[in-house]
Amino acid sequence: MSELLRCENVTKRYGNVLALDHVSFTLESGRIVGLLGPNGSGKTTLIKLINGLLTPTEGQVLIEGDKPGTVTKTKVAYLPDNIYLNSWMTVQQIVEYFADFYADFDAARAYEMLERLGISPKMRLKSLSKGNKEKVCLILVMSRQAKLYVLDEPIAGVDPAARDYVISTIINNYNPEATVLISTHLIADIEQVLDEVLFIQAGNLLLQKTVDEIRAENGKSVDELFREVFKW
Amino acid sequence: MNWTLDKHRPLCPQICENLCRDIAMGVFAPEQRLPSVRELAAVVGVNPNTVQAAMNAMEEQGILYSVRGSGWYVREDLTCAQEALSRLRQEKTAAYFRIMETLGMTETETKQFIKEWDYE
Repeated sequence: MSELLRCENVTKRYGNVLALDHVSFTLESGRIVGLLGPNGSGKTTLIKLINGLLTPTEGQVLIEGDKPGTVTKTKVAYLPDNIYLNSWMTVQQIVEYFADFYADFDAARAYEMLERLGISPKMRLKSLSKGNKEKVCLILVMSRQAKLYVLDEPIAGVDPAARDYVISTIINNYNPEATVLISTHLIADIEQVLDEVLFIQAGNLLLQKTVDEIRAENGKSVDELFREVFKW
Repeated sequence: MNWTLDKHRPLCPQICENLCRDIAMGVFAPEQRLPSVRELAAVVGVNPNTVQAAMNAMEEQGILYSVRGSGWYVREDLTCAQEALSRLRQEKTAAYFRIMETLGMTETETKQFIKEWDYE
């Protein structure tokens, strides 16, 4: 296990709004990590900083020692929280597009997962339901052989049965060298596969612990602890 | 494999318990190779790291051994697995008595209750 991601005093302001306030943590390789926090706590901001879509106001993000940029984009696979693909393209065209873009993209794997979830490559994206569009996006991301997968709300719009498949995809795709960072509200669905969790609230990192530590220390599931910590 | 996992308790010891039970009860025979960590993780629906940690713990307890490049095997001597199983039986029984206490029955009353249950 080696250090994959390091955040040092990462701060992000949007004008007067402080979205992240001196957040510091490191993630090792070979982990599945949950990024948990209520709405507006800074999860997506942190994820965008990791992907270089935003730059920090203060502090820095390092991926294997590099700041987000061309080098890190070859090893970070990012699933944004909105659908960004061209809706007039067919699923097959999008797969080919991804294969052209990323050297580590495994098209055979993508087609296999599409078939398992009953999505025809001939379909145009705009004719797919919201949940199926999300599945396509996730399949594209998980078909890369990346070092770091950053998934922003990967299962929100997906039905429970497909959710199980998505989770098992994440497990099966697991490679001891890679780390998966997942932001989600659906903690109960996903906590069994998490190694550790990060709780963030109002731009501050509240805790970073392993799931078994949380269960052993509190006698609570992560879901229950979340509900307790973030109770209104 | 039909394992039920309690979400209030750490997962790693629960995987150990389930595996111990399956080994002691002969689901996995001595000298048999266990499914790979990844397969087990996918079937049970947990993180492969957690399964790996459970395997390591069971190696320390003398229940499993690993062969480099091949996987995890059940030890020929099942004493440790059987001890783990009887501990588990005791814990579960004790837990049952505690539940019955919350339902207003002392241990003695519960034992009596079980005896009568047999006659029904």
